[in-house]
Amino acid sequence: MNALIDYILHLADTTLILSQRNSEWCGHGPILEQDIAITNISLDLLGQSRNFYQYAAQLLNNSTEGNKTPSPGGEGVGAEVTEDSLAYLRKEREYKNLLLVEQPNGDWGQTILRQYLFSQYQYLLFEQLQHCSDEQLAAIAAKSIKETRYHVRWSSEWVLRLGDGTGESHARMLKAIDELWRYTGEMFMPASYENSLNIDPASLKKAWEEKINALFTEASLPVPEKVFMQSGGKTGTHTEHLGFILTELQYMQRAYPNCEW
Amino acid sequence: MTVQDFEKLFQDRIDAEIKIEAKDWMPDAYRKTNLRQISQHAHSEVVGMLPEGNWISRAPSLKRKAILLAKVQDEGGHGLYLYSAAETLGMSRDEMIADLLSGKAKYSSIFNYPSLTWADMGAIGWLVDGAAILNQVMLCRTSYGPYARAMVRICKEESFHQRQGFEILLVLSRGTDEQKAMCQDAINRWWWPSLMMFGPKDSESTNSDQSMKWKIKRKSNDELRQNFVDMIAEQIKVLGMKLPDENLKWNEERRHYDFGEINWDEFWAVVKGNGPCNKQRLEARQKAHDEGAWVREAATAYANKKLAGKTKAA
Repeated sequence: MNALIDYILHLADTTLILSQRNSEWCGHGPILEQDIAITNISLDLLGQSRNFYQYAAQLLNNSTEGNKTPSPGGEGVGAEVTEDSLAYLRKEREYKNLLLVEQPNGDWGQTILRQYLFSQYQYLLFEQLQHCSDEQLAAIAAKSIKETRYHVRWSSEWVLRLGDGTGESHARMLKAIDELWRYTGEMFMPASYENSLNIDPASLKKAWEEKINALFTEASLPVPEKVFMQSGGKTGTHTEHLGFILTELQYMQRAYPNCEW
Repeated sequence: MTVQDFEKLFQDRIDAEIKIEAKDWMPDAYRKTNLRQISQHAHSEVVGMLPEGNWISRAPSLKRKAILLAKVQDEGGHGLYLYSAAETLGMSRDEMIADLLSGKAKYSSIFNYPSLTWADMGAIGWLVDGAAILNQVMLCRTSYGPYARAMVRICKEESFHQRQGFEILLVLSRGTDEQKAMCQDAINRWWWPSLMMFGPKDSESTNSDQSMKWKIKRKSNDELRQNFVDMIAEQIKVLGMKLPDENLKWNEERRHYDFGEINWDEFWAVVKGNGPCNKQRLEARQKAHDEGAWVREAATAYANKKLAGKTKAA
């Protein structure tokens, strides 16, 4: 049960943090249509994270484990766990999101590339998860994969435009690859909770690489080789960025504890 | 036919409530007034994303975050419809944006006020969108067809915006003392600027008469403002809060609320660029524009390559 909860929280945290990052673009995008598109993706991811958090909360409330998690309901130990207590009251070392999604937005190219690398992985993952034996998890994956399909399409179109656009956009994409590639390996390294559940993310690696290779080739972008891969996000050892993200995300719940909003 | 004949035919159509369409003959001043108003409206939607966008990352619950994101995204969508409507009058979106950034084109002054606390998300939805809706409901019947049709779509979404704003305040008004104080403070700060959204008094408004004759507007600034005061003075009772106006009082004879005098010096100061956030808002738009330049260039270059490829293949 603990492994399942950890795994669901990993999925929830990853989608929430990417949503939070993408939402920073809202009102500041390079083209109004794209401002709307990235905000839409942010909303989709937020919706996915809420489904995962709600499921995790339900499992926690049904188990004794729930007693350890503080809730914005406020009664501390023994209080009901909610999507908000999980998102707003867990700390840096408890968050289990991928390192990739907490990386700064950088320029539009970096944001696009982060989205593409992640969505392509998420698509393959949800393809598997929608057939998994946990009904609730399968249902969330089946519902979300329709959104993810669009995220892949949208972000891959932009990788092409920027990779094969102007000299400047090409150079910026090279820089984005250099910034982000080192965080892609973690997606395929199983955490102990994945092992316990017999979930093998490494099995997605080949298909992911094929997709990336094909798109990068079309976009005249190189696929890096022999890059040392950073990891730790899945088990709560993050880059320095996450603390700041949570500071902002959790500000209201920390400043005004135990309130309804 | 002489110009006078055209003008007579034009006015006859307006009087007969027939919409004016992009390809119809129209007086130059009608075109200019509509273009100014619709582009200003589009800019207001886009600049209006900023004060609320400011709280997306800090929304106090996941549900509130989702609602706020959806709302700000809607505003971007409204900006799109309106830019398209304005383009039918012969100016490109790029030109309109250049006018916004140079300061030549205006946007609603309300967005030059800062959003300081979470309660401001409620006050903006309830008061600012509430004021905007009264204007927009009227504009659903404006004489220029593309503008009227854009407004019909926009109005459907705006009523959801106002409700979510009121709902935020309702929860605060039933919360802790701190939450109640936050709620009252936001109402105090947004009330007078919301009243200013309807523009100068009728006696001072330069464009009003002609706009009424052409049915671009159908209600005067003062009429709309009075409607707004009457509506809000009733709704605030549900919140158990107070509007910051000692002169606010039901007038049985007029069957309307009387209210105090707006600080017109402040109104003109903000219009002229001296509001708390004028500089910051325009800088944010300028920054997005500048930092997006390479993206737009790349998209164009890529589209051209694809087009050339197709031509070659054919």
